[in-house]
Amino acid sequence: MLPPIVGVLFDGFAYGMLLFLLSIGQSVTLGMMNFINLAHCAFAMLGGYVTVTLVNGYGWPFFAALPVAFAAAALASIVFERLLYRRLYKATDLDQVLLTIGITFMSVAVAAYIFTTAQQPVQLPSYLRQSIEILGLRLAVYRLILIALSLIITGVLVAALEYTRFGAQVRAAVDNERMARGLGINVDRTFAITFALGSGLAGLGGALAIEIVGLDPSFAFTYLVYVLIVVSVGGLGSIRGSFAAAAVLGISDIAGKYYVPQAGAFFIYLVMISLLMWRPAGLFGRR
Amino acid sequence: MALTETIRTPQAYLQGLSRWRPAEIAFWLATLLPFWLFPDYLSLASQIAITALFALSLDLILGYAGIVSLGHAAFFGTGAYAAGLLSKYGWGEPLSGLVAAALMAGIVGYATSFIIARFRHLALIMLTLGFGLLLGELANSAGWLTGGVDGLQGIHTWHLLGYFHFDLYGYTAYGYALAVLFVLFLGARRLIHSPFGLALRGIRENWLRMPAIGAPSRAHIRTIYTISAAMAGVAGALLAQTTETVSLDSLSFERSAELLVMLVLGGAGRLYGGLVGAIVFMVARDRFSGVEPQYWYFWIGALLVVVVIFLPNGILGGMAKITARWRKA
Repeated sequence: MLPPIVGVLFDGFAYGMLLFLLSIGQSVTLGMMNFINLAHCAFAMLGGYVTVTLVNGYGWPFFAALPVAFAAAALASIVFERLLYRRLYKATDLDQVLLTIGITFMSVAVAAYIFTTAQQPVQLPSYLRQSIEILGLRLAVYRLILIALSLIITGVLVAALEYTRFGAQVRAAVDNERMARGLGINVDRTFAITFALGSGLAGLGGALAIEIVGLDPSFAFTYLVYVLIVVSVGGLGSIRGSFAAAAVLGISDIAGKYYVPQAGAFFIYLVMISLLMWRPAGLFGRR
Repeated sequence: MALTETIRTPQAYLQGLSRWRPAEIAFWLATLLPFWLFPDYLSLASQIAITALFALSLDLILGYAGIVSLGHAAFFGTGAYAAGLLSKYGWGEPLSGLVAAALMAGIVGYATSFIIARFRHLALIMLTLGFGLLLGELANSAGWLTGGVDGLQGIHTWHLLGYFHFDLYGYTAYGYALAVLFVLFLGARRLIHSPFGLALRGIRENWLRMPAIGAPSRAHIRTIYTISAAMAGVAGALLAQTTETVSLDSLSFERSAELLVMLVLGGAGRLYGGLVGAIVFMVARDRFSGVEPQYWYFWIGALLVVVVIFLPNGILGGMAKITARWRKA
């Protein structure tokens, strides 16, 4: 028999993996171009709404809708990158923050206009709603799949970054953008592709998040805070850092809500502030 | 040669900057117009004056010292709760309430300024955001003191100066808010046109080099951050006293974000930027949000994108460019 704390750890880790999927794109784009994209969760929200529309409206199976959510968020991000973001790579922090907050405001309003402000449930197949029992502990199948999927994605990402030519270009651009340009790496193109990939992963995260945290237009702002915490605590451009930060954040959030419900999110913010003061560049950050 | 004729000494340069221009005098005279022209909208006008003061406080740190804050509502809320609690527990005298709120917010600002002054860029933005969220959570969980999500009830503001009572139409509220705004604006104006104000602009442009010419960057940032926090606290206290209620909303991230929007809309780094931004933003919100609040956010977002891409220095920056072109022609 396992004590209930294992169940809390399991739920917390699943939640953390969700946060990891939502924030990994943000971490890499911030590390690479120093571009503060506060609209990142708007792309995640887009993925969520695409899934809801396909599954509930057109009767698609849930797993078939996930790649579409990924593609939709990636495509939308390419359009925005081309039209707006590209102009502001060399601009100040403030301009970037303002532009992307503006886009987030607009996305929230559009989502409320099309889907109303009500929570959107997603119809999952029945086998995903079940739970299995291991050593007296009930584990939800959906969360198990979520964890497995996130671990696979992490593995693929790490391998791609370490062993492919494109991954080497990304690492070079994160380490030293000017030097990478000097060596003839097309940093803008590398960045655009990375940006689209990161947004696509956010879209996938948004689609997977519906069952765990629900989906309404305020998603873009609520999870933005969590994503920023993961990114700044984990360190910019570091997959390992984001993974560790997301896992810690997810577990401490669920454990906090389970054991000290009256404190709310207080501890998370406190931990974030202390960690940032201790290491301003994040746990695994180098700058 | 022409340069030495126009700018003789540093003192003369600063004096030239601080000379009152006709447009400024016209602006302040125009703020009196609502008493006669829009007597039905005086409570909106007092809200605008309070928000303008809040925006001015952010302008001091963001526009002049270059500290991007996503959590300035922390000080606004601290001031509001300080004044509200003071009044709830038996002391409703408005002016001393303002002083108490300024002190309280100033103390919180001074305590956090030691951390703020050490960081730049993303870490700074995240820390200001984190402090704002932390204070919001604190007020939320301390329901016995703040009333939690129901808001702080039972505030009663005494007559202003023992004579003017806060009427339903907002005559006293607007007069009071406007007077406080004007007095603190004069203070901010004096501050900005002092050598200290010049040093702040230097810090905004290059944080590392200012110490080399004898301006201690961190000490200056601490000073201006504390002043700005106290000013934001006064704005919060004004809101608490004139509306006789304080809600958690006064500490929220949305309030900090909206404030940033207003300031940038008007033009950061200009004394009147926050004031103009607050007027445009609040009047527009009053007009649009009656229809459907969600649409309002769409337009404010669109406005932000347009301002950042086409009007980098806000409305006032755009106007300055047009007048400069017109003068040259």
